[in-house]
Amino acid sequence: MTKTSQSDMLDMICPMHLVLGNDGTILSAGPTIRKTLGDGFCDNTELRDLFDVKSPQDGANSAPLSDLSGQKLRLRAKTVPDLELKGVLMPGLPNGQYLLNLSFGINVVRAVQLYDLTAADFAVTDLTIEMLYLVEAKSAAMDAFEALNAKLEKARVAAEQQASTDALTGLSNRRALDVAVATLVQSCEVFAMMHLDLDFFKAINDTYGHAAGDAALKRVAHVLTTETRSRDIVARFGGDEFVVILRDAIDPKGVERIADRIMRALGEATDIEGEILSLSASAGTAISTDYPAPDAEAMAMDADLALYAAKRDGRGCHRFYHIDMRQPANAALQAEADKRIA
Amino acid sequence: MHGLVNRAIQRFVIDSYGEAQWQTAALRADVGVVEFEAMARYDDEITPMLLTAVCDVLNRPYEELMEDIGTYLVSHQNVKALRRLMRFSGVDFVDFLHSLDELPERARLAVANLDLPELELRQNTPGYYELHCAGPLSGSGYLMMGILRAMADDYGALVYLEHVGVEEDRERIGVSLLEAEYAEDKGFALGAQAG
Repeated sequence: MTKTSQSDMLDMICPMHLVLGNDGTILSAGPTIRKTLGDGFCDNTELRDLFDVKSPQDGANSAPLSDLSGQKLRLRAKTVPDLELKGVLMPGLPNGQYLLNLSFGINVVRAVQLYDLTAADFAVTDLTIEMLYLVEAKSAAMDAFEALNAKLEKARVAAEQQASTDALTGLSNRRALDVAVATLVQSCEVFAMMHLDLDFFKAINDTYGHAAGDAALKRVAHVLTTETRSRDIVARFGGDEFVVILRDAIDPKGVERIADRIMRALGEATDIEGEILSLSASAGTAISTDYPAPDAEAMAMDADLALYAAKRDGRGCHRFYHIDMRQPANAALQAEADKRIA
Repeated sequence: MHGLVNRAIQRFVIDSYGEAQWQTAALRADVGVVEFEAMARYDDEITPMLLTAVCDVLNRPYEELMEDIGTYLVSHQNVKALRRLMRFSGVDFVDFLHSLDELPERARLAVANLDLPELELRQNTPGYYELHCAGPLSGSGYLMMGILRAMADDYGALVYLEHVGVEEDRERIGVSLLEAEYAEDKGFALGAQAG
């Protein structure tokens, strides 16, 4: 076989090859290795001028070619930064020459970009093109899945939010409040629980209509949110019942101040669906440190008793739970309960 | 049917005719979905119902619609990824034609259980090929015509395409290669999307 047609054959079948003399001199090189090494390549250099042998043994540069042949080689380029190639070296060419075939291995994706390689730079039988296709196709599929996941997550969060929110006022609903209080109890946080009812809600509805009733509830929500801190929890229990959880607020004087501000703000005359009205509310509070162990249910019951006491005392005021309140005039309590249902 | 198919129809209508037309068509199809997810799966009945509704609303014959969708899938700027994936198959248009047999397998490598039409290329005379195309949607031959037309354009080849009929459930598309290097190849960089 003439040398010319051997080059043509090797260029076509393994474009990343080197033909070496048994002393390591490079006698010819395939087009793709020339392209990759670029200016770092010139004819008649030695293999060891271009590459360090990383494996089978790091620095086996001085080993004769016969020691390196017939096994997987890892070569590190010396004239080009960050370039590592896989290789296999075998004798068998005429005149005792060796054929070293090289490839990018797993780095082929990066290499194609870096050295601006095209399909023509790889043998027709090479699987590089298929691999690049696969990488790109899988990447597109992953992107689509990620987008779907993000969408689903957003929808989940929105659904959770909706399930925890009172539609009319935007406040937390009973479900969300129960969860929040349970968390506070579990983490042994101290807090005050205030139950608050809008006074004469039924009368507002009857006199001015349901739109006015709704507007009044929204006004209460607004006042409660404004007069509490962002870490406090304000919830609507349904109807005209509200619950405020004041975190860390165990000083009755402080709670009383907040209650006063709420009452005063509600008492300001504002536009409620075209009517200028001032509102009033009754409120009752239980404080967690008054209990041997934090007990959300007991506190709720006691806050209710305090709320009833506030109503009995003429409405538009705030009362702290007191043990006396457990001695009802049972009848009076019952009457209050009946009125609330009405 | 894989969501990619229904999603493609949706994107085609929106990108070519607008969101309003899509809403009308989707509601008319009455399949319970107005927004298709590319990575979800849907009942097979939905796709034909969707296509029928789109035809009605856009007032186009079914065959023309399928062909337009095929062209859109390869040439519209919003679906660049698909054109790139197709270009991997062939270095020039003739090479691409010969790779069509493998197209369904290539697609499944990327997205398992994506059902594309089974394709078979036959060469009868020099410069003339016949693509046989079967299922899963009716009119997939016309869809392939649109794809081939756009791919030829992309490679810079001049071709004449003709739907020559149906033979035992397989649609036959005649492809006459008039000139392989008629116009400039639009270009394809192997490494463009990597990293």
